[in-house]
Amino acid sequence: MFRRLEGVRVPVEICVNGQNVQASDGDSVAAALLVLGIATFRHTPKTGSPRAAYCGMGVCFDCLVTIDGEPNRQACLTPIAPGMTIDTGTRLPQLSETASI
Amino acid sequence: MRFQGDACDVAVIGGGVVGMSIAHGLSAAGLRVTVLDEGDVAFRASRGNFALVWVQGKGLAMPEYARWTLRSSDLWADFAADLTAETGIDIAHRRPGGFALCLSEDELEQRARDLGRLHNHLPGHVRLEVLDHKAVKAILPDIGPEVVGGTYCPADGHVNSLRLFNALHESARLRGVAYLPNARVRAITPTTDGFRIVSAAGDVQAGKIVLAAGLGNARLAPMLGLHAPVRPQRGQVMVTEKLAPFLHHPLVNLRQTDEGGVMIGNSQEEVGLDAGTSLAVLGDLAAQAVRYFPLLARAQLLRSWGALRVMSPDGHPIYDRSATCPGAYVVTCHSGITLAAAHARILAAHIAADSWPDTLSPFSARRFTDVQAA
Amino acid sequence: MSHSCDLFIVGAGPAGMSAAIIAARAGLSVVVADEGGAPGGQIYRGVQGGTLAALGADYHEGRALADAFIASSARYLPRSAVFMIESQHTGGFDIGVSCQGQATLWQSARVLIATGALERPFPIPGWTLPGVMTAGAAQTLLKSSAIVPHGPTILAGSGPLLLLLAAQYRRLGVPIAALLDTTPGGQWRAALPHLPGFLASAYFGKGLALLRELAGSVKIMRGVTALAAIGNETLNAVDYTADGQTHRLPAATLLLHQGVVPQVNLAMAAGVEHRWNARRLAFEPVLDADGRSNIADLFIAGDTGGIGGAAAAARQGQIAALAMLGANAEEPRAALKAALRGRAFLDALYRPALQFRLPADDVIVCRCEEVTAGDIRALAHRGTTGPNQAKVFTRAGMGPCQGRGCALTVCELIAAERGQSPQTTGHMRVRNPVKPIALGEMASLTRSAAPQSD
Repeated sequence: MFRRLEGVRVPVEICVNGQNVQASDGDSVAAALLVLGIATFRHTPKTGSPRAAYCGMGVCFDCLVTIDGEPNRQACLTPIAPGMTIDTGTRLPQLSETASI
Repeated sequence: MRFQGDACDVAVIGGGVVGMSIAHGLSAAGLRVTVLDEGDVAFRASRGNFALVWVQGKGLAMPEYARWTLRSSDLWADFAADLTAETGIDIAHRRPGGFALCLSEDELEQRARDLGRLHNHLPGHVRLEVLDHKAVKAILPDIGPEVVGGTYCPADGHVNSLRLFNALHESARLRGVAYLPNARVRAITPTTDGFRIVSAAGDVQAGKIVLAAGLGNARLAPMLGLHAPVRPQRGQVMVTEKLAPFLHHPLVNLRQTDEGGVMIGNSQEEVGLDAGTSLAVLGDLAAQAVRYFPLLARAQLLRSWGALRVMSPDGHPIYDRSATCPGAYVVTCHSGITLAAAHARILAAHIAADSWPDTLSPFSARRFTDVQAA
Repeated sequence: MSHSCDLFIVGAGPAGMSAAIIAARAGLSVVVADEGGAPGGQIYRGVQGGTLAALGADYHEGRALADAFIASSARYLPRSAVFMIESQHTGGFDIGVSCQGQATLWQSARVLIATGALERPFPIPGWTLPGVMTAGAAQTLLKSSAIVPHGPTILAGSGPLLLLLAAQYRRLGVPIAALLDTTPGGQWRAALPHLPGFLASAYFGKGLALLRELAGSVKIMRGVTALAAIGNETLNAVDYTADGQTHRLPAATLLLHQGVVPQVNLAMAAGVEHRWNARRLAFEPVLDADGRSNIADLFIAGDTGGIGGAAAAARQGQIAALAMLGANAEEPRAALKAALRGRAFLDALYRPALQFRLPADDVIVCRCEEVTAGDIRALAHRGTTGPNQAKVFTRAGMGPCQGRGCALTVCELIAAERGQSPQTTGHMRVRNPVKPIALGEMASLTRSAAPQSD
């Protein structure tokens, strides 16, 4: 769990897992999620084990989330933006709408 | 010079899929086998291949090769099941039938003509179908509007080639095959009871020797009175992140692996011993893939690599036994995955028994020298 | 569509910014691409907007450099990942850059790689659990968003960054449940010969002040020989062993650190020769005194060339730029020597312990593909050519991070099992694209610009 030392600087509305919430301008997606108390960002494709931000600088690829519908974006390198939708918990990106099985 | 263990019945030069398939078959015949492999950084087609077990389009100019390919493809399910049972490694062999997609009518007509020729080489039960856009879309719903059609062959399949490679190594370990890594071969000399092999990892004495060293065969074959005029042909391949399954049939140049990644290939470049990648070719491959399946535009591309195909002058395998050094064989091809089952089950048995049936004689490298003499 | 420049710099940390300022002043057209949203790199992240005094004077020194860089004529590409550098046969480079979903091709006569460092892998049981992150990640959250852990927080590992973070948290009133120091006890002996250099360096005074600041205010456990992160879905405790006794501490956040290593992926994929540095336990590019690599007109500066810290990186960036211009670099060379003073002592003192580099069999080493140390050891026992074969057989290093988190561990595991040096064992090959890009972006670089319709 994480908290802000200072209050929200400039509030920004974002939508996380279907909920409208407030983040602070200048936050990365990872920072915003951590302050919101979201512990698990995704599950691994191989075993489904939970993961979250680890390196915080774009090298480990453990903080992958779906941003504005695009799967597996690096939360730590992406700044939040007004109206952004973020979804966590993905295991395998589903690109096809017709996919079977 | 250090001497590596006891003398073995057969030394296989090359620890790639071709060499390990042969070693697998030789050990099944009860022979004591030693595999000598090169170092970690070498030209290794086995690490870079596209993992198809493929029939359509193979052997257009050589009926024997078309039939040999089909024979291996027919053996594959059994071969895979046995290998998995022995090693516990699932190599994900599937034979759902494969496609070649076409982005223009000309391309589709050309492919249809080629398959018509191939049909004559293969037994009647092998279906080769030409499908229009609608017929392809019924099976592959995610194709893009630019796909005008494609060809389909139910005999085509694919495998997890890295796990196949691992399983062959694991099987070798279980069977007591000696595997010597970092053992680049420097010299081979015939002795009274076989061959003396001088390698970077020590000397090996063997009753027989099989050269399965890929591009290295060109250098090694003349040491044993054999001829392996192979050259490198580069193929660049790339792979995406793992995706939810959407593509249940392999294409000749694009497939979704059992683990979810989409592999995209397969350039054919004459660039010598350069296994690198280039932005221009990767850009072209990506563009083609997106035209096949527009949804792939959003997939993350993780890696690309160049692999060097082991090409003979006519592109077909070379299988030979030495006339001057009895007990010496050469095996080389650019379809080591497709042919793995035939190499393990048929070719290795012939090498073990020193029998060389007529079905193998068309694959002799004499076809190149005889042509020049004519 | 492609663009061109005289010098393309990858990384806007102290090395990249310093080189850019000099080259731009001399009239070269300079482009600097960086993944971050503002200049500074990891060390000076967010420095232009930073207000937290607790981050310390060293951090705020970066402000002047970032301001000078922005004021220079160098073109700065923020949020831009260089995913491929391709040498052209005719000389110069093609550089693939991805910026917010758009790929661009740059052509440049020269390249300077200044991609900095990353934290050394710290494979312990449970290190993949949410709640476990690197000390560097925690510091990034602090620098860029003034965000700190909430709930029981444990710092574990070894090295100056860990102590610095502890001090920063202390100044900000962030409670630290414990600092578990894994520095092996006897290493001061190995460091002793380097003591004079350390005493004469700036590190000495700063280090002493840090230790004095932490003493009495943070609970420090020394001589920690084993660590494990405990939890199912998220971290809830940390086990540590000291003096042969294992203890459990409740924890919401575990921050790991055992030093930093060069970020080599881009340089390796570009074909730069690397060698193992046995003192610093890392692969480093082979460079001359100017930062020139084995590839003509490809230079490397800063921590990418071997860890030297921010002050040294800035000097190396200046030296490389001056070498490209054929200008005299005596002044930055003298300053570089001073900046590197004391590093040998720190390298020896904080050499990460073997058991935290070569973990037990059941510990994951490749986080992406979930490959364990035991998987790698089993391969080594079967007989393996090395890390590239291990990659093929286990998929270690085949995930999106491409070995950034496991290549050193895989190399050292194989080296240890085979009884050979890491140099002989080698580093797994790094493939393009060095950073993942969307296939659609790569497709935009096709030579046949428009799809043919026939």
